[in-house]
Amino acid sequence: MNKPLIATTSLAGCFGCHMSIMDLDDRILQLIELIEFNKSPINDIKTLSKECDIGIIEGGCANSDNIRLLKEFRKNCRVLIAVGECAIMGGLPAMRNNSASISECLQEAYIDCVSVQANDEGLIPNDEELPMLLDQVYPCHEIVKIDYFIPGCAPRADLIWDVLTALISGKKMELSYECFKFD
Amino acid sequence: MSILITINGREYGAESGQSVLEIATDNGIYIPTLCNYEGIKPQGCCRVCTCLINGRKMTACTTPATDKMVVETNNQDLEWIRSTIIELLFVEGNHFCPACEKSGSCELQALAYRYRMMAPQFPYSFSARDVEPAHGTLLIDHNRCILCKRCVRWRPEPEAPGWFVFVNRGHETRIKFVHERAADFNKSLAQAAMNICPVGAIIRRGKGYDVPIGRRKYDKLPIGSDIETKERS
Ligand code: SF4
Repeated sequence: MNKPLIATTSLAGCFGCHMSIMDLDDRILQLIELIEFNKSPINDIKTLSKECDIGIIEGGCANSDNIRLLKEFRKNCRVLIAVGECAIMGGLPAMRNNSASISECLQEAYIDCVSVQANDEGLIPNDEELPMLLDQVYPCHEIVKIDYFIPGCAPRADLIWDVLTALISGKKMELSYECFKFD
Repeated sequence: MSILITINGREYGAESGQSVLEIATDNGIYIPTLCNYEGIKPQGCCRVCTCLINGRKMTACTTPATDKMVVETNNQDLEWIRSTIIELLFVEGNHFCPACEKSGSCELQALAYRYRMMAPQFPYSFSARDVEPAHGTLLIDHNRCILCKRCVRWRPEPEAPGWFVFVNRGHETRIKFVHERAADFNKSLAQAAMNICPVGAIIRRGKGYDVPIGRRKYDKLPIGSDIETKERS
């Protein structure tokens, strides 16, 4: 039997969840025995080259490119897992949802903020190449169907291990209390 | 007067006037609660302690026990009600756990852990709420308030009025610090208010993140474990 194919990506996240995958330490070697990675920042493969068994999404949707990528993952992955607070509820980027409009955010980030340097003309980037910011940051499951959620900020490596090995081997998830956290 | 009450099929002796919640707690049976707090008059506003009492769904914290009462604290239906209330609270306010001073010691979060809430089944509302510097010693983060009314019912001095009130109605209800008496408020009262709030809505200024991860209240054991492991009286 071929090894299950896994693809991972980070949308509006901080790569902390991917760091948590790295935090599996030597179990990463066991994982490589069990699965094969397709597109992922871990192996630096940039595109989804075939249909995958498991897709892992870190981060919520803050811009049009996040939506495009999330939909591409949904289309090409049999099981899609939202990993971490940002993927599940928008996380820290979603703090703008209830407090500031996009124009206020851009004004602060590029013009008003005390740490802004060398922007005397007060430019706000708006090149066509740049993804459009969405009106708010959306949790992944409000855009596409998500099959499983792994909470945490970042999720404990033990929890990721628990979920992945359960999924691959068909055994029951343990979800031990000490690993199950939202922070 | 002594009475007999049946909880989950077992008979317990109790005093009439005790609430169902008190009797259960005394006997090592955990009924989840959010708005209830020892020493503060129960109000039954969060509905998390809903039990089947004589065949009807009633809040355990406000129902006085009577002789021959039959109580079921735990079945699929009740657990569904509880976990659904918790999910609703998570989407109604803005609960950014990773950025909250109370994370790890928050009762709402602890209940979500206990029920292994992966993601709420309802859409997030991201409602517009303020963070208010209510007093020199105190911040109120309305994003996190679940309107449990603990702080409103809290009387540090039994004879004196409380420090917080409700203002507005319906979904615009907010808590408000009683500014008129601000001169009498101090750090230790701010700390007490912070401890009483089940979530991170009342924060003592200059304090927070002072307990390392791993040593916070609900890091190791689920909420209610202390009751469940208590010696049965
Ligand atoms: S501030 Fe805290 S104690 Fe007061 S009503 Fe809100 S959640 Fe309850």
